[in-house]
Amino acid sequence: MHELSIAQSLLEIIVDESRRNGLERINKVRLQIGKFAAVVPESLTFCFELVSRDTVASGALIEIETVGISARCEKCDFSFDVHDQVFRCPRCGEAALELLSGRELTVMSIEGETGEDDGGNQSPSCS
Amino acid sequence: MAEIKVPVVRNILQANERLAAENRRRFDEEGIFVVNLMSSPGAGKTSLLEKTIDALAGLIGIAVIEGDLQSSYDAERIQKKGVQAVQINTDGGCHLDGNMIQIALDSLDLSGVDLLIIENVGNLVCPAEFNLGEHEKIMILSVAEGDDKPIKYPLMFQICSVLLVNKIDLLPYTDCDVSKIRERVGQLNARGKIFELSCRTGEGFAPWLSWIEEKVGEHRALRAGKHS
Repeated sequence: MHELSIAQSLLEIIVDESRRNGLERINKVRLQIGKFAAVVPESLTFCFELVSRDTVASGALIEIETVGISARCEKCDFSFDVHDQVFRCPRCGEAALELLSGRELTVMSIEGETGEDDGGNQSPSCS
Repeated sequence: MAEIKVPVVRNILQANERLAAENRRRFDEEGIFVVNLMSSPGAGKTSLLEKTIDALAGLIGIAVIEGDLQSSYDAERIQKKGVQAVQINTDGGCHLDGNMIQIALDSLDLSGVDLLIIENVGNLVCPAEFNLGEHEKIMILSVAEGDDKPIKYPLMFQICSVLLVNKIDLLPYTDCDVSKIRERVGQLNARGKIFELSCRTGEGFAPWLSWIEEKVGEHRALRAGKHS
């Protein structure tokens, strides 16, 4: 159940970003989670509901985009998607690979409400 | 009141990554080779430590950080061998993190230590996501667990640079096929080293010990280079 500590870290980032951007209530959080990350999205969502109670992010919708596994061959430079957990270059057979994606645990954006009047002002962070 | 969208793009584990990097800097300054030892419960992590300490304690300075949910049983086992051991109790937490290591380091005297082994909480899933600042991730798979584990826990097998296949003395009593382990790990992590051994009988220990000694030597040389 390390999703609980991941949820806590996620909440810390959201609280920090909310303060910095003057958000008083968070409605939506977009995450990217790699297919190879050892995280169960449902479990993370469940844990986040628990840890975010009575915080700025209470009740926020967690939207998760799953990212596939891809790698680049260190020998022939070929980039490819990793299928069936075979971490080997399909072109030259090399095993030395750089993982390009698949282990993401990233907060992409948060959406929420500022406390002030709209007044037509642009959000400073959206520039 | 206005509804706004804020682009963030921050790694959720960034706080842990920062602490792990701090730990790593400290290890490198001291010239200590650090391994993060992971496995499922009962695969033989503490037995491996005991046997490794028995063989190397006179040759290199060893210290151990023990991670468990409860009890100081493992640290006491290690202390009996005459090396420094500090116990972290995670109180139900399923993995160690960079912060726990930072706190544990305060209880260790690192002078004269060449090798620090961090025994993680027994678990094939969660510890894989948390860097501690180690130089190498090492895992143990005991043959009694079965040759299908690399398929079921791919991340752990993919990130470890060394796999120790333990309890090979039990092979006649199991259906485990070590060639299947090699083949499956080879798909995930062809560059990883695999040592087959038995902590109970000592069979296969020599190549593992040589590998550790070689790595300790490399890090000692870095320390010597810095201080010369």
